[in-house]
Formats: sequence, C-alpha cells, structure tokens
Amino acid sequence: MLKQVEGSAAVAEAIALCRPQVICAYPISPQTHIVEALGRRVDAGELAPCEFINVESEFAAMSVAIGASATGARAYTATASQGLLFMAEAVYNAAGLGLPIVMTVANRAIGAPINIWNDHTDALSQRDCGWLQLFAEDNQEALDLHIQAFRLAEELSLPVMVCMDGFILTHAYERVDMPTQAQVDSYLPPYEPRQVLDPADPVSIGAMVGPEAFMEVRYLAHAKQQQALELIPAWADEFRRVFGRPSGGLVHEYRTSDADVIVVALGSVLGTIKDTVDMMRDEGLKIGVLGITCFRPWPAAAVRNSLQQAKRVVVLEKSLAVGMGGIVGNNVSASFSGSPDRVHTVIAGLGGRSITRGSLRRVFEQALADSLEPLTFLDLDRALVDRVLERERVQRRSGPIAEGILKDLGVVAAKLG
Amino acid sequence: MFQIRIHGRGGQGVVTAAELLSVAAFREDRHSQAFPSFGSERTGAPVVAFCRIDNRPIRLREPILAPDALIIQDPTLLHQVDVFGGLQPGGYILINTARTFADLGLAEFAQKFSAAHLCTVPATEIAMRHVGRPLPNASLLGGFAALTGRVSLESVAAAIGEKFPPKVAASNVAAATEAYEFVQRQLKKEAAGAETG
Repeated sequence: MLKQVEGSAAVAEAIALCRPQVICAYPISPQTHIVEALGRRVDAGELAPCEFINVESEFAAMSVAIGASATGARAYTATASQGLLFMAEAVYNAAGLGLPIVMTVANRAIGAPINIWNDHTDALSQRDCGWLQLFAEDNQEALDLHIQAFRLAEELSLPVMVCMDGFILTHAYERVDMPTQAQVDSYLPPYEPRQVLDPADPVSIGAMVGPEAFMEVRYLAHAKQQQALELIPAWADEFRRVFGRPSGGLVHEYRTSDADVIVVALGSVLGTIKDTVDMMRDEGLKIGVLGITCFRPWPAAAVRNSLQQAKRVVVLEKSLAVGMGGIVGNNVSASFSGSPDRVHTVIAGLGGRSITRGSLRRVFEQALADSLEPLTFLDLDRALVDRVLERERVQRRSGPIAEGILKDLGVVAAKLG
Repeated sequence: MFQIRIHGRGGQGVVTAAELLSVAAFREDRHSQAFPSFGSERTGAPVVAFCRIDNRPIRLREPILAPDALIIQDPTLLHQVDVFGGLQPGGYILINTARTFADLGLAEFAQKFSAAHLCTVPATEIAMRHVGRPLPNASLLGGFAALTGRVSLESVAAAIGEKFPPKVAASNVAAATEAYEFVQRQLKKEAAGAETG
C-alpha cells in the first residue's frame, strides 16, 4: 500500500511486520522516532508477544539484544553516533557469537565537537566488527532492507546493521510502498536458531578460545561474510519476486555502461548525485554512478566489474579516516583493477554539511578534465581553516578549536554563564 | 518540480506544515518530499522546513535553495533571516500577518513579482479563533492552496485529518478553510484592482 510517511515511521512499520520478539533500545537522535513508534505498537499489544525493554544505555541495549537472541528470540535495536560507540564492545560480541540481531543505525556524526547531524562516521567506525552493513538510498530501500536484513541475519547467523542517513531519511516524509503482512511472512519464515539457550537442552554460548583455535573462529567469520556476498543478491532476487520491486543487493549501477567517470557513493546522497549526473549527461558528458548498498561484506568483485571501463573513479564519502583520507575510497582502490591513482576521494557532507548539485558538478567536471586532486574536501572553507592554523602558529594558548572557529564565523557558541 | 520553503519559529508547526503539504500532494497522486532543516529544536528559534512536489519520484536531497514558493509563518523573521533568498522569478510568497506587503516595507521588493502571487493572511488570528492556540500552520496551508492552486483545500483538509485526532483536526480544517477563503477574496480584490488600475 502506498503511503506518505516519515522514514522512521516506515521503518518502524517494516520492523513490526517482521514480527520481532524483543526490542530494546536507548533513545538517541536521530534514531528516536523509530523506537518510539515501535514502543507505542508494543504498548498497544499490536506486536504481542513482543517485549519492549527500556534499557539504561546503548551498551545495555546491545547486551539485552545478545541475551534475547541467544534464547532464540528475533531481536531488534537501533542507535546512532556516540550510542553506537558506547555499545561497541557488545557490537563485536554479537558478531563473534553469531547472533542474528538486526540494528538500525540512523547515521550521525561522532563528536567532539558534538554534532547531531548526518554523516557516516558512526557506522564506518564499526566496519570491521563482523556485522553485515547495508546502506539505504531512500526510505523505500530503508524499509525493504530491514525485511531483507532479518532474512539474511537468520540464514547466516550473523547480525546485520541497516544504515539510513539520520534526518535526511529518518525525518523525511516521502512515498513508500508498505508491504502486507502476508508478503513479509512469505519472505521471512519464523526464526530457526543454529544455537539456543534452552533449559531443556542446556548449552553454553561464549566459550573462551585460546591461540589453538581463535584464528579459525575468526576465519569462519570472514568465510561467512564471503558466503553473504552470494546470498545477498539471491535474497534480493527473492525479494523482487515476492514484493515486485528491486531493492537491496550488493551494488546499483546507474548510467555506467559508457561512462568515462564513475562516481561511487553510499546512502541518500546517491539521489542528488544521480540528478547531477542526469544534468551532465544531457550535455553529453559521459558520467555514471555506482551505489554501494552492501558495504560489509565488501563486494570487491562487483565493484571491480562495475568500474573496469572507467577512466576515472570519484568516491564521494561522508566519512574520513583521519590521518589517511577516505575509508570507502580506500576500499574502492583496493578492488579497482586499474591504476589506483585513477581513484579520487571526495570527503563531503561531514556533520550535516549540505551536498548540493552545484558543488558536486564542480568536482565531477574536474574529474572529467583530469584536474581533480587525489583527496578533496567538498566546500571546505579554507580561509576559516587558515585562521585557526595562523592562530596556533602565533599563540601557544590558542584555545579550543571548535569555540575559536565559531567565533571566527560569527556564530555564537554555547555560552557558559 | 515545485519547491516550497517554509520559514517560522520553533513551536509554530513549521515542520508539520511541510509534512502536511507533502501528504496533501501525495493524496493527489503526486510525488512529494518534506524534510526539516535539522536544527536542534528550540522554541522560538528560526526554523526552516522544505517540501518538493513533482510528477516523478524525487531523488534530490539538497536543501531548497531556489524555491518556487515561500510560506513565512512569522513576519518578525523578515529582518533576521534571508527568507527571500533564491526565490524564483514568478515565485509565490505567503506571509502570516494582518498587514500588507507595503506595511511591512516590502512594496519595492514586491514589484519584482507578480502581484497575484503575493499575499498576506492573518493566520495566527484565524488559528486563535478556531484552534485556540497561536499555531498558524494549518491556516497557512489553506492560504497556500488558494494562492498557488498546487494542492486543493480538500487535500489539505484530508492531510490534517490523517495527522491529528478528530477534534483537533476539525478546528484546524476550519482554520485552513477560513484562510483559503480569505486569500481567494484578496486575490479577487487584487485582480479587480489590476483591471481598474
């Protein structure tokens, strides 16, 4: 059924259709609307016998999800930003234990300086933890990926993170096609755990493993992610068969077949990139887009295959490996069959900075003209940066950077007394 | 694509207005997208919300920099925020005030636009009469429907009905309807004035 709803409401409804049994969460913007909506549904008895557990922190949220999943319950939680970092130890444990928890990450920057707005730093900080990571381009894909996530998680016995851009998607009203309960039931059978804490048939989960087998357990985690590379397209095909629309999969190509320049990105910025590319295509410029839906496991072969004809690759990412450059860019470079110096990284949209067609067009034109630097920060206010650097050069006690830069900008920082 | 930017202050239902407008457009089989300017919510602080309406799916996620229509929920913002920034030639402006564009010191500015595309409506007063609270958003959406014809009053009313419990919805629909009729009268006056003048 077509609906015009907020992204968070759409995801909450999709989660409800997946018949979760335990939902545990701690509120943090911009994830809050999702778990609030689910809390109301549980409270109204719509999801019985689902239990909603209020916890005192994100660490507790993931710990409760681990416990619930280990007893054979379909468990769900959601978080963002510092919340994800606070639960990091338990995030690794969920993956290491092979528990098929599904978690929404409403992507948001990480402080300091504190910032509630969108970028991908939170999810990408957990890229090596053993979870599958899927990125939604719009709210339809966000709700679809959650349904696929439970299927994938339970099939593989691995947790899945569904990443959707905080505010840009979570707080946007747009059209979604909400599936029926019958459709979701036919796609997602009841959870059949590989391992379960059952008093009638006791086992222990979480044994200590020493040097004699730790490597093997880790290798199995890697091998399972490689299995996921085959299952994800298969389950996306199955999704299309049941729900009648394409959604999910590893990567999405857009106007790439004859493209000299291909832009690679994750998440909601793909829409703005595609509109920019359409404008440039209308002028005869050969440019295309590769959207990465599945970031973990990294779909190296699919990426290589999509990019092999391109003369230049521009990776536009909302994340920064401080001291190195791009995170997605580095993954792309490692999979691109051509010379790595043909991969350019553009860091964009950090902390919610708007990414506009005008700015995108400028860097894409530079790429077409072979004049784009290996690493670019989109719309960086260089003069603002230079003022800070100058202050630090002339003055030992140059003060806190965030407050100083806001003062330079003429924005009043939080006043303390 | 038709792009609307709504300016107001925290607590005036600016974000809700954009959402309701998107639902109204959806009900007319249009694609629409509404989103806030993502600030920290503070009562009284300047707030911006956006709505796009199109006949095909909307992929663009940048803020609306070149709106086709502006709804200004609080006239005190006129001198604080660049509310008119990027407004397209032929664009629409609807301001919540009992005063005229000339009263607001905007006579010269208004000459750049078609007079039939500019209107003021005392939306807060209308809201106080019907809703009992200074929430001008529903009234302004009624006014917007009359001014631009981009959505019908019926769709605005249906969107309000979808969002709020029946009693609250009914009072807001009444406010939207009064503002709709007010703007229609203003536009008729303007048209008559243009013919005789």
